[in-house]
Amino acid sequence: MTATTAPTPPAAATPLHDCRDAWVAALVELAEADERIVAVVNDSVGSSKLAPFQDRFPDRLVNVGIAEQDMVGVGAGLANGGKVPFVSAAACFLTARAMEQIKVDAAYSQHHMVLIGQSPGMAYGELGPTHHSIEDLAWLRSIPGLTVIVPTDPTETAQAVRWAAGAGRPVFIRVSRMGVPDLMPEGYEFQPGRAVQLRPGGDLTVVATGTGVARALDAANLLEGRGVDARVLAMPTVKPLDGEALLAAAEETAGIVTVEEALTSGLGGAVAEYLSTRRPTLMRFVGVPDTFAPTGSVEWLMDHFRITAEGIAAAAQEVLQSR
Amino acid sequence: MTTTEDLVPQVDAEAVPHDTLTVLGRVPADASREETVAHLAEASRLVRRRDIEMVRAAGLGHIGGEFSVIDVLVTLYLHAMNVSPDRLDDPDRDRFILSKGHAAAALYTTLAIAGFLEPSQLGTFMQPHSRLNGHPARTKIAAVEASTGPLGHGLPIAVGTAFAGKLDGSTRRTFVVVGDGELQEGSNWEALMTAGNHRLSHLCVIVDRNRLQQGARVADTNDLEPLADKLAAFGLEVVEVDGHDHGALLDVFANVPAASGKPTAVIAHTMKGHPISFMSDNVAWHHKVPSPDQVTQALAELEHS
Repeated sequence: MTATTAPTPPAAATPLHDCRDAWVAALVELAEADERIVAVVNDSVGSSKLAPFQDRFPDRLVNVGIAEQDMVGVGAGLANGGKVPFVSAAACFLTARAMEQIKVDAAYSQHHMVLIGQSPGMAYGELGPTHHSIEDLAWLRSIPGLTVIVPTDPTETAQAVRWAAGAGRPVFIRVSRMGVPDLMPEGYEFQPGRAVQLRPGGDLTVVATGTGVARALDAANLLEGRGVDARVLAMPTVKPLDGEALLAAAEETAGIVTVEEALTSGLGGAVAEYLSTRRPTLMRFVGVPDTFAPTGSVEWLMDHFRITAEGIAAAAQEVLQSR
Repeated sequence: MTTTEDLVPQVDAEAVPHDTLTVLGRVPADASREETVAHLAEASRLVRRRDIEMVRAAGLGHIGGEFSVIDVLVTLYLHAMNVSPDRLDDPDRDRFILSKGHAAAALYTTLAIAGFLEPSQLGTFMQPHSRLNGHPARTKIAAVEASTGPLGHGLPIAVGTAFAGKLDGSTRRTFVVVGDGELQEGSNWEALMTAGNHRLSHLCVIVDRNRLQQGARVADTNDLEPLADKLAAFGLEVVEVDGHDHGALLDVFANVPAASGKPTAVIAHTMKGHPISFMSDNVAWHHKVPSPDQVTQALAELEHS
């Protein structure tokens, strides 16, 4: 693989999955077993792929219409009333429009409610920065008491949804619509705050989340061809981070590259903050810099911002060269 | 990770000098109407006494909007609501949410006189690590149903819990107090649409209609009128009442749910700072702290109220 300006979807030979299918299948399964499970939406049944839930449990789908503040507040009230609400909406509107409700009604109140940010990052591509949710990880990781999860693949999406249903505290889960391959190993069990080492390596570590993970693995393959042995960690929980895995990476390898479909003040900022006071580490950040995206498809934008195998490999080589 | 453990209070209430507050508790079940109204009036007088002392001691508070809403709070907790201190885990308890969370001292004092909160805790109001934050927090006080403070949050939460009650087929009721100035927040109207369209009959939205907001009269800021028409247009059963008349209030609350099957909106006409002569209907008393002389005068007026 070489650097190119054309779209380069990751692992093109393997089937790619829309994680929303895994989310709704897990939710329906949970709801069959637990009548406390309800869904709360802002006219987002379609964009959340909730039709199977709506068909099976029409009374347990609370659609407040296009009203995100009401949606999150109603979710908190449903939790007060003994329900386990899954509040699902496009991540851009859920997080930005209802930020104070997320801060106060979910996190400060420690209500057991699950916020599902659909089609996050730059998934809405050509619709533009109004519909991108690249700020959500930086915003939400700054809120005390909120768990922030970015699943890697369909398996982890389903497991994170199941875990959140019993978490007893507020949780945000990003659910990607941009295709991702199956990446989690057989028998994998999601644990909050735990990273997953998908590839061992001793030269350098790539810490990736969400749609960045497949690209990180592709980058490790590129690096192998260049004589670099890269470790790849999937970091599904952006908050709380897996500090143990980060410290091990900082001690055992020469540096860290973070990868995210978000502003680099999300995962990248979090990792840098964590290590700077514990074990200062050479780092590079792959993601969206401090800018709004230009017009383009999500694949084009991932290439534009070099959230690609080649972009990650180049960042890794920069780390190694700056030692 | 931050959890509720980080929010556990650490202040020793007994170490803080405090006045006592008599726990009057609920109006006895066999009380006559006259006895009921007298009980509520006396409770409201004691709550106002303690409230002004708390604000004076803390040097902070929102006494104007507290004195406007106290009669509503006392009527709810000491008579109208089906909730008691030993049943806070009961899923079918009535719910109360103070959306105008800045009137926290009034809520705390009402909870104390009703037996939901140790009266000694009132002396810790706004002290470091007190459970009695400047705005109520559900993680700190068991009887607080929702953390409020930023305006426009309580009503959507109330709609959610009323919705849960409807899903469960429960007869429990949800009462929420919003300030009239607070209704300038758009989230309230989102929630009112939801409440009306879903016919959440067991929801009662009480508007503390004191006609003043922090900086000026509501009418001179961003007027709400015609408020009753607006609430009716959103599908609510609208009732207007003197918010300082305990007898009228208990009649209104006894009619929830309304026969129409609509959620109830109670426009409670009140006076900020009621009934203190120099505070009443005076915009200056939104969050002014009374001087020692003013406390003395207010307490004297309350003796004869």
